Amino acid sequence: MIRVAVILSLLALLAAGAARASEAHPTLAEIEKEVICPVCHETLDLSTSPIADRMRAYIQQRIAAGDTKSEIKQKLVAQFGESVLAAPPKHGFNLLAWLLPLAGVVAGVVTLAVLARRWSRARPGPVPADASANGRPPLDPELERRLDEELARFDA
Amino acid sequence: MARRSKLVLQAAAVSVVALLIGLLAWQVFRTDQGRALGAKVNKGERPLAPQFMLDRLDGKGKLSLASLRGKVVVLNFWASWCEPCKAESPRLESFWQRNRHRGVVVLGIDAQDFDFDANRFVDRYKLSYPILRDKHGSTLGHYGISGFPETWFVDRRGRLVGKHIEGPVSQADLERYVQMAMQS
Repeated sequence: MIRVAVILSLLALLAAGAARASEAHPTLAEIEKEVICPVCHETLDLSTSPIADRMRAYIQQRIAAGDTKSEIKQKLVAQFGESVLAAPPKHGFNLLAWLLPLAGVVAGVVTLAVLARRWSRARPGPVPADASANGRPPLDPELERRLDEELARFDA
Repeated sequence: MARRSKLVLQAAAVSVVALLIGLLAWQVFRTDQGRALGAKVNKGERPLAPQFMLDRLDGKGKLSLASLRGKVVVLNFWASWCEPCKAESPRLESFWQRNRHRGVVVLGIDAQDFDFDANRFVDRYKLSYPILRDKHGSTLGHYGISGFPETWFVDRRGRLVGKHIEGPVSQADLERYVQMAMQS
């Protein structure tokens, strides 16, 4: 258990380190996947439009000038608006785009849990076992009375 | 209580679905509205030009279409990376110089572009007519713009007239449709 926790912590540290490196020293390939071409509405890595070529040249120029990934994206937003980002920013109204899917998943899980609980309650439980009946349902009282009479007559 | 909360949940779910359908319909309507406008004008109708107020590319404040009421406007959509725009812009500049005294305004709208590229383009082709910058491309849907360059003609009463030109506007088109707008 402790070994798993240590491995997970190390992996988290490695991922955090890689994210920091990507932020400080981004590559064109990374940013291309996070930016949308305003003409064809595809990410830059898929777009061949003239403005996409121009945006790639601009990004390379900013990388060479030492800008971080956030700075480059901010500059693109200043030119084309927030719709240029493939993923909406995590603040203001755009935060909804991140929260709504999570809320949907949580709502789905809660709904399933509630339904599962109801279904398990509604299902009829097993018939309580009667030690004298060997697990069989009790006899009809009239039949039982007649049986007792017959047995009494037999004993007599 | 359980029945009430179930009803509330159902109402919320229906509201969310209705909202999403509404957004989709609005987007489709907005795009179709621009295309329908072109069809109307090309049939000879004179619908009102969609209004806008945008920043000037030169940074000297904002300009609205409404403020040009009383003038004939040649509304030209362009971008610096658009090849046909390079041949078209000197024609527009020359037309503006020859007709501005008659109450004609050539109004450029630069969209889907870097502002410094657009400014460099303006300097290179020595454009002096007013140019606005549509950073978010908000006018493109209203005017049914599907590429650059495209041109519309607005009469003195703010109505679209003549023809929606898709591609570079010719000298003959400028003369003909501006004359039509002057007489409208």
